[in-house]
Amino acid sequence: MPEGPAPALVAEQFDDIIQQRDAASFGMWIFLATEILFFGGLFASYALYRSLYPAAFAAGSHLLKVAYGASYTVMLICSSLTMAMAVRSAQLGRRKPLIGFLVLTLLLGAAFVIIKLRWEWYGDYLEHLVPGVSFAPQGEALEVIRRFGAPLSHVALFMIFYFVMTGIHALHMVVGVGLLTFLIIMAYRGRFVSGDFNTVEMVGLYWHFVDIVWIFLFPLLYLIGGRY
Amino acid sequence: MSTATVEVPALPEVHYLNVNYGWRSWLFTTDHKRIAWLYLVSITFFFVVGGVAATLMRLNLIEPQGSLVEPATYNKLFTVHGLIMIFFFLAPAVPTVLGNFAIPIVIGARDVAFPKLNLLSWYLFIAGGGVFLYAVISGGVDTGWTFYTPLSTTYVNTNVLSAAMGIFISGFSSILTGLNFAVTIHKMRAPGMTWFRLPLFIWSMYAASLIFILAMPVIAITMVLIMLERIFHVGIFDPALGGDPILFQHLFWFFGHPEVYILILPSMGVISELVAAFSRRRVFGYSFVAFSSVAIAVISFLVWGHHMFVSGQSIYAGLVFSALSFAVAIPSAVKVFNWTATMYQGSVSYDAPMLYALGFIGLFTIGGLTGLFLASMAADIHLHDTYFVIAHFHYIMVGGAVMGYLGGLHYWWPKMTGRLYPETWARLSALIIFVGFNLTFGPQFILGYLGMPRRYAVYPPEFQALNVLSSAGASILAVGYVIPLIYMIWSLRYGPIAGPNPWGAKGLEWETSSPPPTHNFHETPIVTEEAYAYGARQEAHVA
Ligand code: HEM
Ligand SMILES: [Cu+2]
Repeated sequence: MPEGPAPALVAEQFDDIIQQRDAASFGMWIFLATEILFFGGLFASYALYRSLYPAAFAAGSHLLKVAYGASYTVMLICSSLTMAMAVRSAQLGRRKPLIGFLVLTLLLGAAFVIIKLRWEWYGDYLEHLVPGVSFAPQGEALEVIRRFGAPLSHVALFMIFYFVMTGIHALHMVVGVGLLTFLIIMAYRGRFVSGDFNTVEMVGLYWHFVDIVWIFLFPLLYLIGGRY
Repeated sequence: MSTATVEVPALPEVHYLNVNYGWRSWLFTTDHKRIAWLYLVSITFFFVVGGVAATLMRLNLIEPQGSLVEPATYNKLFTVHGLIMIFFFLAPAVPTVLGNFAIPIVIGARDVAFPKLNLLSWYLFIAGGGVFLYAVISGGVDTGWTFYTPLSTTYVNTNVLSAAMGIFISGFSSILTGLNFAVTIHKMRAPGMTWFRLPLFIWSMYAASLIFILAMPVIAITMVLIMLERIFHVGIFDPALGGDPILFQHLFWFFGHPEVYILILPSMGVISELVAAFSRRRVFGYSFVAFSSVAIAVISFLVWGHHMFVSGQSIYAGLVFSALSFAVAIPSAVKVFNWTATMYQGSVSYDAPMLYALGFIGLFTIGGLTGLFLASMAADIHLHDTYFVIAHFHYIMVGGAVMGYLGGLHYWWPKMTGRLYPETWARLSALIIFVGFNLTFGPQFILGYLGMPRRYAVYPPEFQALNVLSSAGASILAVGYVIPLIYMIWSLRYGPIAGPNPWGAKGLEWETSSPPPTHNFHETPIVTEEAYAYGARQEAHVA
């Protein structure tokens, strides 16, 4: 558990650990800014099409299963909490709780991804709601679309944005799960609890960011069109 | 470090180039100075490829009916030329070569903040470039560098997919470079190196980094949408399916206009260094020049609609974009005025880097002023998509940015290699480039004004004389570019030893040895004076 002496933790381009920590967190915030712009292009396009085709977007939203969206939201909020606890544990130098909270976060994140792919998206596929792969809404879905008087191709646009936005978000979750796995292995080997908690903090920032994106995606995709 | 013998300077015994040898020591290096070399070699390669495409175009345009290639091939040529020159040559040129080499030394740091990330940027660049070259070889792309929809998504069947993928990947290279530089400039400055003691090159690189950070992600997501639309045949930008092609133009130019400032800002920074060093004066109005870089970065995000005056955007939006475009000319003009004011009463010497700087100032001014013509809506209706636009942006990108790059490369070459390039040849080629450039692109202003549209392989016979003039100029320009390539390679071996400060210039980079040691300085420097503290004028040329 006792790691090498403190100086080894400071990379050679830095003068001391404070400078290193400052640089890392500043870099991370900049990275998150680039992420905002990256998602921003999608949100802007979404906004345009929603204002052009309100009925189709309302209809499209009715095709999604709120139960999934709501449970993801709960899971991600919980995972943000456990992530925050993990960071705190690292700062306090407590190894066991650190590992525990990291594992919890990982489980919640992995559950999100698995449920989304295995059940939600697969369900959409079976209902022929995936533009470009198989898009031919039937039965109840078709009724809903008719009720809103929306042309199919415009509903398809909504579904495209639904898949692209949640898809890119899910990709970020997968990266996050990978990062957590890495943290857990390193923490198991005794890292992060002797003042070198910076990496955990950085992954934490990333994780919270991805969660916040979801907080916007959920209402914009699942809850619009006078659904509730 | 520097020996007392002023007469015959010697190379330092150990420096970053000879600490270790072998391909591993280069491909796995995290030394910012070596990474700069990796980029220098890669972008030179891309410059040659883009140049070959340009040569073929100019050859074709010697005759009105097209002397060389099919129109379809011509479309591929200008697309490949534009994409390579923008994404794989000019955008990385000054930042990744001169910025990588100089930023840490100039601010007194041992390296950039994230050296491994820096290396990763290069690998991403190579990966993106490789994918793009694959697109070129396996059939090419013919959408123009602008990828306008629905042409790119629905109608062409060339290799848009892999071209977009190449741009996407290399976009992340730029993002990481911008991030690295921004953090480095914020957090890695030597003690005493306050913001207002920073050389102006750093201010420009900082502004350019901000644009990298905020603009590149937008093109990345736009390329994702293009790829998805092509793979899945969905209608994101296809009007037949409810998609909006104008949305694509907004996304593209929201990135695209800031991108052109990525191309020019770093070179502007170089020019500030050159003008100060070769006039032996502090840059006139230092803080105005510094803030003008930031102002340019900010305003550049608000003017994209000037590319869309004739795309059906509302006239009121057009008015606002037009006014804002005029506004962005102000900070650019501030720089030009301040450079000339710096030379006034300076003791100017006309070494090769300064010749490039002078070329930059003149050509950039022409490019910038013609930009104002284009930013006036009524004029743009006539000039849009004509050779006037081609001439305008080449005056800025080649006459401005490439000149700045070459000037900076000559200026820091003795620091990078420890050796001097042959000065006479260098002055000669600067002159040839200036002449060749004006002959190539000057006539294109007239062609555009007379109504010759861009992106055509053929043209009405009355335009032939000016086109032949342009092609003739291009061959002179080519000679001007080849000469430095030869003598710089020659100087690596045979150039006279430069010594730490061959120009007698101010700045931390001139205080360490040439070439510098791996960590740049033997002791962390402490900065006690402002940038460009050229004291009494007699001091010049003492060495
Ligand atoms: C060195 C940096 C250069 C950059 C960054 C650059 C950039 C560009 C760009 C962005 C385009 C527009 C492509 C498109 O719209 O698809 C273009 C077009 C063109 N450039 Fe360059 N260029 C460079 C050098 C040159 C040189 C040296 C020549 C001539 C010798 C040249 C000749 C042309 C021609 C003929 C076109 C096509 C015009 C048309 O048919 O629309 N360029 N360049
Ligand atoms: Cu523009």
